[in-house]
Amino acid sequence: MNNKENIKKIIIKKPLKLDCGETIVDYPLAYETYGILNEKKDNAVLAFHALTGDQFASGINPITKKQGWWSYLVGPSKAIDTNKFFVICANVIGGCMGSFGPGNINPKTNKEFGTDFPVITINDMVNAQHNLLDFFKIDKLHSVIGGSMGGMQVLQFVANFPNKTKTAIPIACTASHSAQNIAFNELGRQSIMADANWKNGNYSYLNSTPDKGLAVARMAAHITYLSKKGLQEKFGRKLQEKDDLNFSFDADFQIESYLRYQGSIFVDRFDANSYLYITRAMDYFDLVKQYDGNLSKAFEKSRTKFFIISFTSDWLYPTAENKEIVIALNVAGVEVGFIEIISDKGHDSFLLDVPEFLKTVKNFLEANY
Amino acid sequence: MKKEFQIISELIENNTRVLDVGCGDGILMKYLKDQKNVDTRGLEISKNKVQICVSKGLTVIEGNAEEDLKQFPKSSFNYAILSQTLQAFYNPEKVIDNLLNVADKAIITIPNFGFWKVRLDLLVKGTMPITKNLPDEWYNTPNLHMCTIKDFFNFCSKKKIKLYKSLALHGERTFEINNYNLNWKNLSSELGIFLIEK
Repeated sequence: MNNKENIKKIIIKKPLKLDCGETIVDYPLAYETYGILNEKKDNAVLAFHALTGDQFASGINPITKKQGWWSYLVGPSKAIDTNKFFVICANVIGGCMGSFGPGNINPKTNKEFGTDFPVITINDMVNAQHNLLDFFKIDKLHSVIGGSMGGMQVLQFVANFPNKTKTAIPIACTASHSAQNIAFNELGRQSIMADANWKNGNYSYLNSTPDKGLAVARMAAHITYLSKKGLQEKFGRKLQEKDDLNFSFDADFQIESYLRYQGSIFVDRFDANSYLYITRAMDYFDLVKQYDGNLSKAFEKSRTKFFIISFTSDWLYPTAENKEIVIALNVAGVEVGFIEIISDKGHDSFLLDVPEFLKTVKNFLEANY
Repeated sequence: MKKEFQIISELIENNTRVLDVGCGDGILMKYLKDQKNVDTRGLEISKNKVQICVSKGLTVIEGNAEEDLKQFPKSSFNYAILSQTLQAFYNPEKVIDNLLNVADKAIITIPNFGFWKVRLDLLVKGTMPITKNLPDEWYNTPNLHMCTIKDFFNFCSKKKIKLYKSLALHGERTFEINNYNLNWKNLSSELGIFLIEK
């Protein structure tokens, strides 16, 4: 996790009062863009990333050297066609890809913030990213789009800035993090904290990162992103490079080996404290409560045209929770379309090559441009 | 555009809000939006047809009238359209109730089971009728509650639903239905089109 010096960043001078009460100022926000902003500045799409995403939505991520997390969606002639649209994606605050996060140096101590970093919320993330509109001198976006935590940011963005975007596409998300969602996130956090190398969050300068804890957190979370059917079809009970069981605790099964691999590559690109902070932000997300128990109130001032997408096999943010947003928008009199895409790839469907999903996004964005 | 849709669009005033329940591929919605400046929304059960509507820039929700009408607040629309699907619901009475809740007026069209060809099929052949408007076999038809123009007429009077306009369609020709010609129109028409209000 070096060579992050070349990442594009803006330093935000405007003070941001966080939900926790603290105010931050002169903080960095790292971003990336794809396509060209037209002269009328009406072709911009702000994409929000999910828990472990970053600003490198498309192309080769310069840090990980892997394909961007939304390469299926963002690019020339793709669902978000960068020949037509100017896509902006920023690393959320609390993240670890150049934006203000727990890995930044705390000027008071000259050490990394660690757990002295303020607890941030989805609302704080969105308010920070809104500064990008001023930076690019964009009066109104063509769309805001995101899946999972990115979808939550879409909802929060429209609630905070009712008429700053023409369209909005929340995907596979919820307006209020459920007990089950919180439970899984807590499992991840506890596994990080149980790693002796975590050292109350002060690990970095001691050169002992809690890789094991973070890897287990990732393994557990990864299961929630897939469907039972998808797992069964891909792995079943297949053995990993062997003909018979080993009668040991090695990775006998392919699924074990796969999860271990997923965990091990994750720790190379993600910071354990960021994982704590971002999962916390998701857990605190409750747009219903923010608007006194009436989700419709969040949208009643908006003229934004919504399209909501869910996936049949997503049990983490199921169709029913997505439909509650549709209902609230209808009650608010906001224009909203909805489709549930058939996919057995689980919650992860929004990141994968699911043709019906890609077609929906493309058609909606282009028919409304 | 088919004659039925032409008649429906003539019943709808310009610059109104319309919910098309079972909007299919959005032909009627698109026409109303473009020609009458109507603010349209669609509800459609087929994912494929929702996709087609999205590509036309139409606002459609994937859903089922029996489950998903409830989400719209009372009087969200000036009109709700239900074209030839009433007979396919488990509970048509409840659907009509919900239509008249979400919209001030509803336009409902029904394939007329009282049409002479239908009656003849059953009378002469002794088999379930198959016609242009009722193309399916008894074992694969989605239709659960077939009714006649006269049945619908009687239903409205029994349930105290105001019938603003009752039209009978046969081929390309339309006729107003009234108490005097009801029996005759019930025999001679393929389709009934009703504009109702609670």
